[in-house]
Amino acid sequence: MTPAATAPHTTFLFGKLGFDAIPQEPIVWATFAVVALGGIALLIALTYFKLWGYLWKEWFTSVDHKKIGIMYMILGIIMLLRGFADALMMRLQQVWAFNGSEGYLNAHHYDQVFTAHGVIMIFFAAMPFVTGFMNYVVPLQIGARDVSFPFLNNFSFWMTAGGAIIIMMSLFVGEFAQTGWLAFPPLSGIDASPGVGVDYYIWALQVAGVGTTLSGINLLVTIVKMRAPGMTMMKMPVFTWTALCTNVLIVASFPVLTMTLILLTLDRYVGTNFFTNDLGGNSMMYVNLIWIWGHPEVYILILPCFGIFSEVTSTFAGKRLFGYTSMVYATICITILSYVVWLHHFFTMGSGASVNSFFGITTMIISIPTGAKIFNWLFTMYKGRVRFELPMMWTVAFMVTFTVGGMTGVLLAVPPADFVLHNSLFLIAHFHNVIIGGVVFAVFAGINFWWPKAFGFRLDPFFGKISFWCWVIGYWLAFTPLYVLGLMGVTRRMRVFDDPDLRIWFAIAALGAAVIAVGIAAFIAQIAWSIWKRKELVDVTGDPWGGRTLEWATSSPPPAYNFAFTPVIRDLDAWWDMKSKKAQRPLYGFLPIHMPKSTGAGVVLAGFATIFGVAMIWYIWWLAIASFAAIVIGAIIHTFNYNRDYHIPANEVETVEDERTRQLALGA
Amino acid sequence: MSASMHSNDQTGFWELEPHHHAEGASTSLGFWIYLMSDCLMFAVLFAVFGVLGHNYAGGPGPKELFDLELVALNTAFLLISSITFGFGMLAAHEGNKSGALRWLFVTLLFGLGFLCVELYEFNHLIHEGAGPQRSAFLSAFFALVGTHGLHVTFGSIWLVTLMVQVSQKGLIPANMRRLGCLSMFWHFLDVVWIGVFTFVYLMGMI
Amino acid sequence: MKLKRFAALLPILLIAACKPVVLAPSGDVAAQQRDLLVISTVLMLLIIIPVIFLTLYFAWKYRESNKDADYQPDWDHSTKLELVIWAAPLLIIICLGALTWVGTHLLDPYRPLNRISATEQAAPGEEPLVVEVVALDWKWLFIYPEYGVASVNDMAVPVDRAVEFKLTSSTVMNAFYIPTMAGMIYAMPGMETTLHGVINKPGTYDGFSSHYSGAGFSHMRFKAHATDTDGFNAWIAKARESGATLDRPSYIELSQPTENAPVQYWAEVDPELFPRVVQMCVEEGRMCMSEMMALDAQGGTGLAGAINVAQLPRARNVTGTIRPVFGTASFMVTSFCTPEDSARMFASSDTAVTAPFDPSPMRGHALTRPGAPAASGLTALDTETADRNL
Repeated sequence: MTPAATAPHTTFLFGKLGFDAIPQEPIVWATFAVVALGGIALLIALTYFKLWGYLWKEWFTSVDHKKIGIMYMILGIIMLLRGFADALMMRLQQVWAFNGSEGYLNAHHYDQVFTAHGVIMIFFAAMPFVTGFMNYVVPLQIGARDVSFPFLNNFSFWMTAGGAIIIMMSLFVGEFAQTGWLAFPPLSGIDASPGVGVDYYIWALQVAGVGTTLSGINLLVTIVKMRAPGMTMMKMPVFTWTALCTNVLIVASFPVLTMTLILLTLDRYVGTNFFTNDLGGNSMMYVNLIWIWGHPEVYILILPCFGIFSEVTSTFAGKRLFGYTSMVYATICITILSYVVWLHHFFTMGSGASVNSFFGITTMIISIPTGAKIFNWLFTMYKGRVRFELPMMWTVAFMVTFTVGGMTGVLLAVPPADFVLHNSLFLIAHFHNVIIGGVVFAVFAGINFWWPKAFGFRLDPFFGKISFWCWVIGYWLAFTPLYVLGLMGVTRRMRVFDDPDLRIWFAIAALGAAVIAVGIAAFIAQIAWSIWKRKELVDVTGDPWGGRTLEWATSSPPPAYNFAFTPVIRDLDAWWDMKSKKAQRPLYGFLPIHMPKSTGAGVVLAGFATIFGVAMIWYIWWLAIASFAAIVIGAIIHTFNYNRDYHIPANEVETVEDERTRQLALGA
Repeated sequence: MSASMHSNDQTGFWELEPHHHAEGASTSLGFWIYLMSDCLMFAVLFAVFGVLGHNYAGGPGPKELFDLELVALNTAFLLISSITFGFGMLAAHEGNKSGALRWLFVTLLFGLGFLCVELYEFNHLIHEGAGPQRSAFLSAFFALVGTHGLHVTFGSIWLVTLMVQVSQKGLIPANMRRLGCLSMFWHFLDVVWIGVFTFVYLMGMI
Repeated sequence: MKLKRFAALLPILLIAACKPVVLAPSGDVAAQQRDLLVISTVLMLLIIIPVIFLTLYFAWKYRESNKDADYQPDWDHSTKLELVIWAAPLLIIICLGALTWVGTHLLDPYRPLNRISATEQAAPGEEPLVVEVVALDWKWLFIYPEYGVASVNDMAVPVDRAVEFKLTSSTVMNAFYIPTMAGMIYAMPGMETTLHGVINKPGTYDGFSSHYSGAGFSHMRFKAHATDTDGFNAWIAKARESGATLDRPSYIELSQPTENAPVQYWAEVDPELFPRVVQMCVEEGRMCMSEMMALDAQGGTGLAGAINVAQLPRARNVTGTIRPVFGTASFMVTSFCTPEDSARMFASSDTAVTAPFDPSPMRGHALTRPGAPAASGLTALDTETADRNL
């Protein structure tokens, strides 16, 4: 009576790929036209200005942690725009689809939009931002010349970029997952999601996940092994501490995600029964496993942001950070506790009351070190001289916003309260409250803070302030209504609504999203305008804010080798200590500096990995085998290259340092 | 500021003498951390096997499927290969290149022997209708043992690569470092296998 | 700061909100959950408000242009202050933790209600009304085993009568949620979860799935009618008028994915249907999970069991199941049980399934469950908790 199960139709050359893979959606076509035109314009411009060679040599193949850090940030900004476009589409749909209207998005399209929004924002916007900051700042803060494994660093970046390319491809070829950002089975299983959407999800995350794990190992070893002499653990800058904890979390949680997704892949490709309904499979196991990764992931994102706020607060308050030791222990507490709270994401699964209350209470306990951190920032401002430059404005906005988000978070940790608020828009408001109020605000604080270091000129404050106010006001406008809607019992991921009374709240939220859009535009304008006016905004001192940590001890932008001589650390806030003790910059006796060579191997290998991912998504087996073989052979060939580093000759170092001396004299 | 212009740092805030980071000093720590992350992947597989290991879905269980003698042979292959790798490392540390290469070759043979036996076992199970699709227990079994087998496969490819490199370049520090990493990897797989043998095979049979 | 103005607006907005059902529910369980929500919020505001106030105050007072403010660039430690900043959140969390522990146990969805409203205790001996709920793609099936009727996307309960929902799902995860009545609980395929609740005010309320489950999810809504006993009986009578019978073949037909499904009633329901849905053996000849687990507990069925399979007669997709590219077509294990065996199995599993989950071994002796029978009675139930997830 039912048709027999069939394998999907494939051809040898193209697998499942055919002309029917192009989505039948005018919105997608329009987007494609814009992206294609923009892309072609970019390609023409790059060719016309003969920039390919420059980009390839100086950026793509560079193993310099600073350039890789900047590339991560650019990737993050691009993906933030994509993720935000998804957010606007959702807001519009939810205002539109009332009174029997189906809105302008059908379920197939809308469900992809909210899934893509979550996946992109977490994996391809927030993660690159955080990794980018850690890459750029950590080696400078610990007085190192690069990370421990510079080639691996380049490879990690390109794997992340490869994952982003795969997810962007899903917009125009085939479809993306319609499962929600964590792709719970059985919905993400082959029965309920037979299309390529979930496969896009899996392979985008797997390719990027390899990059993230390797980058975590790399930075962890860098912090443990490469600190300048005298920098004991308790003299490390707070940002480096948070980076250390974050990388511990990455190394100890991403393998869980990788393996969980492998098992889901096996279920989908081989027909195993890990997460299926019958034959002994257990879909609850997936939910547990994915959140064992997922909860630490939240702290992977937020911990470095706490670090950024700590640096910003003490710099702009002109004061030592209050309670450095308790800040460090609070960070460690959070790191450890983040592993014993995962079940709070599914109290409603029906575990017993004791299990639920255990995980509820552990979750609340995390708020104690987090609360202590907030107090520490408070008392850093206390008896300080607070300069309200942009990074500090973002920090104060964070402290107010994040506190509210923390409160609603603890509220959701009370299981009976969670029973009425779980999966509601209240939950959505809560995690946007902490992710926008925490991570996004920190990203903007950090960009404004370290931009002069990276490029040698400040960002223009006028557009920066517009961006700031739009983001802060827009955030509250967009998400306060969601708190209210959550209390009205409205669930997340809904496409259409019956109750006309809800509409006003969605309208306010959409208005808020529009205000945020202005904030993003102002941010782009801020960057463009600052580049245009870079001569007026220039900073030759390398220390525009009265900095405290070592990154401010070198020039802006720092030379390839970061420090001509390795600094010796005697105190926390090493650069502040140097300044107050009138340390002199050495002016002669330069030595050749040992540095890693650039290599294209990372781009090539990650490129093959991306092709492999795409081939697996579309069942193009010959290509999958070929690209996998190419990865293995490429890696082997790479290991035959023993000649991976070179010395910057002393006279070259001297030229660079003399120029810096001249600049400093000019600025004095 | 201008006073300091003409003097080098006298305050001791900079290291003016050249100092040497031993090349690749971070490699062993990095590799250890990588192994621990890999260990976590196995931990997930063990946990999954712990959850699903008795879900036979009304199909065959371990008692009917596993051939303990075959597995014992396989375990012996892998354990001996660890010992021969150890001998290889000893020879390498003595600077005995040909000795090291000989022992590495023996290790490779045992590694390949292990893989052959495992492939035979898998093939046999699938032919009996006990493939990974039949039950969650079998899914978890194939995933755990198969992942370990894949690791051994890549270890073997790496071993061949290193043998070529050692014979080309000799026991230079870079190669010794790589040998050290592969040695850790190989012993790590051995440890994981002991877990698999105990947890999957022995406990399944009793 | 503009922020403050928005903060001031918040309560006004809240009051203006027309139906904050979570804050003004009509059911006793939801009301208690609301109370916990409010108490926790107030408890946390004790620390949140000072923090926000101090943030803004310090930021203003120690601004650079205020030269009167004290400036101590090296002041970075105060043991007393540090004690306070760790102790204050700790104290709040201790209170909140105690509240959570007690509240979570009292409001455990598995726990039969011992009161039906703030003032009224449950009548002794009165069993809760059992409603069996199946989340289908994408509609809700309600079965009333006591009355033998069933409905889709429409349900009724008598006011002030404790209700026990038994939840399961046919294919993917959903969450069953009537905001006015009690919190939500997942409905999952191959598993049975339980939710206890009561509605105290007559009315027609919204219920829906609050866990995304695929294309038709937005329309997966139903109405819950809370009426007096007469109204409830009338609703049952209306269901009986339909004259239709919901048996296993018609269930399979019903379970095919549809969106925006209309309300439907059945006068008669196969009493084995719900347990068979939970145990994933609605199809003729398919092995039930309890049989499977019993066989597995004996170590499986040996090599012969490997081939004791048949093609699955039901496909989730109307177009036919896509088989995993390197896998086999989806199959089912065929049952060894005779119909009589099955009947006996379902008869016995019935009692096991309704046994309330008892967490007392983990709760210690000090905290006995309010209204619980004597301790000896509890231990007797313990042995049955293992079957709870069946």
